[in-house]
Amino acid sequence: MAVPHPFHPPIAPPAAVLAARARARRWFFRDCGLGLAGIAAGSLLARDAGAANPLAPRTPHHPPRAKRVVYLFQAGAPSHLELFDHKPELTRRSGNLPPAELLAGYRAAFINPKSALLGPKFAFRRHGRAGTEVSDLLPHIGGIVDDICLVRSLHTDAVNHAPAQILMNTGSQQFGRPSLGAWTLYGLGSEADDLPGYVVLTSANGTSGGASNYGAGFLPTTYGGIPFRPGADPLLYLSNPRGIDRDAQRASLDTLDRLNSLALDAVGDPEIAARIQSYEMAFRLQASAPELLDLSRESPRTLARYGIADPAAHSYARNCLLARRMLERGVRFVQLFHEAWDTHGDLVNRMRNNARDVDQASAALVADLKERGLLDDTIVVWGGEFGRTPMMQGGTDGRDHHNRCFSVWLAGGGVRAGHVHGATDDFGFNIVADGVHVHDLNATLLHLLGFDHTRLTHRFQGRDFRLTDVHGSVVGGMLA
Amino acid sequence: MPHQSPQALAAPPTPTRRWPFLCLVLLWGLGGLIAAVVAGKAWAEPGPDFERDIRPILAEHCAHCHGVDAASRAAGLRLDSREGALAGGDSGTPAIVPGRPDASQIIARITSSDPDMVMPPPTEKKPLATAQIGALRAWVAAGAAYADHWAFTPPRQQPLPGDDPAANPIDAFVSARLATEGLSLSPPADPATLCRRIHLDVVGLPPTREALAGFAATGADATVASLLASERYGEKWARHWLDLARYADTNGYEKDMPREMWAWRDWVIAALNRDLPYDRFVIEQIAGDLLPDATQDQIVATGFLRNSMLNEEGAIIAEEFRMVEMFDRMDCVGKAVLGVTAQCAQCHDHKFDPLSQDDYYGMFAFLNDTHEARSYVHTPDQIATRAEIRCRVAEAEAGVRADHPDWRGEIAAWERQVAASLIKWTPIVMDEMSSSGLLTHPAQLDDASILMIGHRDGEMLFEAEPALAGATGLQLEALPHGDLFLGGPGRDGIWGVAEMTVSVRRPGAAAWEPLTLVGPSADHSNPERLDVRPASADGKQPERRIPQGPVTALVDGDTDSVWESDRGPGIRHQASVAVVRFERPLDLPAGTRLKIALRMPAGGLPGQQSRMLGCCRFSLTGAPEPSAPPIDHGALLAIRTPAGKRTADDEAAIFSAWMKTVPDLAPRVEEIAAQWRRLTPGPTTVLHLARRAPAATRRTHLLDRGVWNKPLGEVVAHVPAALHPFPADAPPDRLGFARWLVDRRSPLAARVAVNRVWQAIFGTGLVETPDDFGTRAPVPLHRDLLDWLAVDFMDHGWSQKRLVAQILASRTYRQSSRATAALLARDPGNRLLARGPRFRVDAEVVRDIALTASGLVTHAAGGPGVHPPVPQNVLDYNFVRIDWPTATGPDRYRRSVYLFRRRSMPDPLLGTFDSPNGDISCARRVRSNTPLAALAGLNEPVFVEAARALALRILREGGSDDGHRVDHGFLLCTGRLPTDAERATLIAFLDTQRRRLAEGWLNPREVATGATDALPALPPGTSPQDAGAWTLAARVLLNLDETVTKN
Repeated sequence: MAVPHPFHPPIAPPAAVLAARARARRWFFRDCGLGLAGIAAGSLLARDAGAANPLAPRTPHHPPRAKRVVYLFQAGAPSHLELFDHKPELTRRSGNLPPAELLAGYRAAFINPKSALLGPKFAFRRHGRAGTEVSDLLPHIGGIVDDICLVRSLHTDAVNHAPAQILMNTGSQQFGRPSLGAWTLYGLGSEADDLPGYVVLTSANGTSGGASNYGAGFLPTTYGGIPFRPGADPLLYLSNPRGIDRDAQRASLDTLDRLNSLALDAVGDPEIAARIQSYEMAFRLQASAPELLDLSRESPRTLARYGIADPAAHSYARNCLLARRMLERGVRFVQLFHEAWDTHGDLVNRMRNNARDVDQASAALVADLKERGLLDDTIVVWGGEFGRTPMMQGGTDGRDHHNRCFSVWLAGGGVRAGHVHGATDDFGFNIVADGVHVHDLNATLLHLLGFDHTRLTHRFQGRDFRLTDVHGSVVGGMLA
Repeated sequence: MPHQSPQALAAPPTPTRRWPFLCLVLLWGLGGLIAAVVAGKAWAEPGPDFERDIRPILAEHCAHCHGVDAASRAAGLRLDSREGALAGGDSGTPAIVPGRPDASQIIARITSSDPDMVMPPPTEKKPLATAQIGALRAWVAAGAAYADHWAFTPPRQQPLPGDDPAANPIDAFVSARLATEGLSLSPPADPATLCRRIHLDVVGLPPTREALAGFAATGADATVASLLASERYGEKWARHWLDLARYADTNGYEKDMPREMWAWRDWVIAALNRDLPYDRFVIEQIAGDLLPDATQDQIVATGFLRNSMLNEEGAIIAEEFRMVEMFDRMDCVGKAVLGVTAQCAQCHDHKFDPLSQDDYYGMFAFLNDTHEARSYVHTPDQIATRAEIRCRVAEAEAGVRADHPDWRGEIAAWERQVAASLIKWTPIVMDEMSSSGLLTHPAQLDDASILMIGHRDGEMLFEAEPALAGATGLQLEALPHGDLFLGGPGRDGIWGVAEMTVSVRRPGAAAWEPLTLVGPSADHSNPERLDVRPASADGKQPERRIPQGPVTALVDGDTDSVWESDRGPGIRHQASVAVVRFERPLDLPAGTRLKIALRMPAGGLPGQQSRMLGCCRFSLTGAPEPSAPPIDHGALLAIRTPAGKRTADDEAAIFSAWMKTVPDLAPRVEEIAAQWRRLTPGPTTVLHLARRAPAATRRTHLLDRGVWNKPLGEVVAHVPAALHPFPADAPPDRLGFARWLVDRRSPLAARVAVNRVWQAIFGTGLVETPDDFGTRAPVPLHRDLLDWLAVDFMDHGWSQKRLVAQILASRTYRQSSRATAALLARDPGNRLLARGPRFRVDAEVVRDIALTASGLVTHAAGGPGVHPPVPQNVLDYNFVRIDWPTATGPDRYRRSVYLFRRRSMPDPLLGTFDSPNGDISCARRVRSNTPLAALAGLNEPVFVEAARALALRILREGGSDDGHRVDHGFLLCTGRLPTDAERATLIAFLDTQRRRLAEGWLNPREVATGATDALPALPPGTSPQDAGAWTLAARVLLNLDETVTKN
């Protein structure tokens, strides 16, 4: 460590460095023929054009209802039957075999489908003006039910975790496609000057889908989600090597700027200007990321509201509060992954524990955003990759994977608050009204962000790929 | 060239061409720069070029409904062929009347103002630009000539332009093209820049000081030649192929378990180093196992297609994900070899290219009839030993035949005797199969054998409703299968069964009744071995000695004791059988259900050894007191096989089993056994392809919408009609397909290969989409050059080294990369090639440059992936806890091609610099320039270690004053000396930092070593302050744009 000194002299950038930076900026915006105005007007000409900023804000197809997204991804597949989809009939039939006609053509992942039915393990009660039934496991989410649109009729194609997770996140069971967050950034650009445009926060276990859940796929790497991780280095390699303080870093970068600027003059490659910018942004990140993660200036009331006992301890609740702080700083897309819901066994305990971990903070995030006026143009999504069977697994305390229906909820800009969309049968097994496929959900999210999902495309291998492949319809019933 | 940006955001699509007077338009496209260059001709004469101007419009705006795909064709009209356009659709009205645009429906429709009439329909959101309409009109007026898509017609060499016969052909074509633009090649790059450029291109490493100093004397050509001969060449060029081959060291998906594939990676490096001709390079990777007398190397080569991700998640259906692997293999072959987007046709006829869904499954069929095999890779010594063992065994067997001249007669008699004693076994067809953890879905095959792949589970459960009345015994056969390691029967080698239990449930009953099993017998059991399990720490569990080996373990009620039937190395992988009797013949009514549980030591998580059985079969008998005869079960299976259907292996099994029954042959038998005992396991294994036995041929079906379990009609292996024909005399198998792929007549193979080499050197291919030469790929600006090189490549034995040398010899390559403002404005992406290549090098090279400049690099060829340092918070965030033995010592500084690659945890350093993680085949990397890459270059541990080492190296080698040291540091990082301004900048920085070090703001030891109390290995005459200041300066040098850029 450097010797502490009360008058630590900051090293001002020499005039030459300032000039070099100014020159780099000029290159960036003028000499490349790619002024800010052109970029902001949505000119795709700029998208991959060498040094042009691929993250410059862009205008979507139609006026958006929301500009930001927080996706609270409940990985492992939460049981809709214990949380959002109350089935008294299942209680009555608990222990009996399901009716044969229910199982025609059904493929369960694990269990013999001829397993007995299992009644919901927790009581439900009505909340809000509409009297929406929500499990007693989720009293806080029950408390914001008038602010959310609860979808009980989501369905998906995959029954195994990794394929289902990447289907939810990338619209495909095949690896290698861009995630929703990447598409969003690709379409809208970033408004965060000192932070990445797409940030990933994780709690509980690693996900089945791994980094592909938030990857850029075939889009430029720049659009991929950037994980903020627990520990001293929330961003990869954020901290200087030991012994190098911020002044030494500043002086190093000034020298680097100066040398790179000389090269820019000599060679004329706009990529050099972009690199100068990248190093400057890296330096700013070194300050902005710790500031972002420092919750010491959040009020005790806020911490209590999210249920954060120790602001330094890594948790889902802390991630929810960090998400709000990121949105405030212009981050376009924040995605939380909480991989904890795969309840083949120990259903009661694990549901109780998971609900304790996520209920309060999820609801607090919505309420907090609302209070701060951010919810109007932010979408909050809460959900996992599929649901669970009404049949039991592993004795009487577990449920298998189920892809025919599951529940998610949305809140925020353009979302029809206080609404329940779709319905399932008496067993929570099949959808009986207003089914929403994963592609429909994604089409709807893009719609809210101002995109026609059929036109937000990227050409790769001669084909115009899109998040919704060749499927998906905007679900009007979910819109305000 | 239509608007390349498919995504029209706020504004409607802008016309990107102003026909007919636009001279030159350069467009930025989404994938980078696509240039559409239109010479300044009026369209009246001779009319637009179909290839260049018309096909892209048809492909983009019309093909979706009027193209190849019959299923989505509207009004029965095809516009992708002249016949179709002239015939018209269902209406019978010609869409095109050549020479008469006003009489042509196509023109009427595209210019209609009636929204119900206009084409493309407004719902398609692909309106034509005015310029495009003009082009189509001009084209119809000129006669509407169609042409076959350029890339689907074989390349031909056009005469070299210009009048200098000695000119490098590359320069002749490029100069001629530039001349039409009023441009010319840039001046040559200065020698230092060229020297470094050559080094980076040939070996992926910066030049040494000696190479720089000697460059003028050696000359560029000799430098290229000597670098091509270096082993480092393969390490650099393999990386491009590994991207395409989606190489990684783990299986992917959630657990992402490690796999051994590095032998294949090393094969690629070695193949490039010995300049294996590209056609053979492809053939060996697709079908090396089918070549006559295939060598181990040729089998290892087939690991290429096995690089697919492998799902072992609990509860998967293995066949579903084998099909996903197959789709991935098709994608890979399409991108890497064909240069065609095959993937579209998985689900439907291709929309733009002449590739029908039937064509897709036709090619699929060539690859589908294949085992997912895994085998040892032996060292050369082991291979020699194996050959010698086989030789000795053959000699011993010849001795047997000499001792028993009538061996055929004796065997026949023995066979009759055995056959007469055989009892009838009825295989059980299961109606439910699972595992107690519900995580494994076994599959029962046509011969009633049960394949247990996918998740590894320790207790497998099988249920059936067989006829049980009078059943006296149950047979468990452990069977070989080509999808298992070394052919099985073990999932992973040695296998064992801990316990077999049987229970029944009578009709109407709720409870299962266990049956008592007695009298176990087996054809072979290992002698008893006692596994000692120590007493538990709390003393509650006493020490146990658990029997392993004898078949009694199967039914002894002890789930720890294990029946093992392991005949030892070399002969381990053959069938075995165990028979158990019911306590008394069963007297159970029809409708009674039978449940068999098989417990095995399954392993399945990191660090656990799996002894799971991979393939088995259960059968019942009513014969009295059944038992397993002490004859190798493989021989019994062979004896049960009708003589005409036996394979050579069957005959060998019978011979071997017979021999053991003849008392006077005991010494021979022992000699053979002793030989086999000499075999040692290979140091590694590899996933590879293997042909399926004729009896187990896998048929291929067209799949409805590409869904794995929705087969439609059977498809016979065939190639797309639009490409070159499959030779009539070629075998209709994977080998034939491999040869067809790189047939001299292929319009694609050489172009794709040449283009890829060009891309690696120039940053962008002559065809910008290296994986798509289909109709949406515009005619390249330098098509004649591409075609000339492609033909020349084939004419010269498909030699990649020669091609690299040829390109590097050109003036085009050796130009300065300096971009003047005018040139930059004219051609920002350098598609015309009026300047030399300049771009940030690939991730691996970024790291290798730092290692080399600092002197840390360790050059050693091949071997298992080396685990680089990865931040703990990255390691902690995996689906399962992983072993990550971070390399220390010299291994830590191996070249990047040898780094261990975990798919679900992309390497945090290389990934930041756009190295793909191997999920899917990657033909072209994006090249980003991000703050995260900046942070990695500044702070990543290996980079930091490189900065510290570089500082000491500069102090050691660079002289005694900072001026000379700056020169040396610059040379090591950029290959050139600094300018005065650069030198002054660095010296000023050093001076400031020396002052801060001296004043105590910074601790020199900590800066130079990372620890406050450690002393760097200071060169004589230098101080810790020198090391500290120079560490900071070295860090700057390593992060210079020029250091990470090929200039």
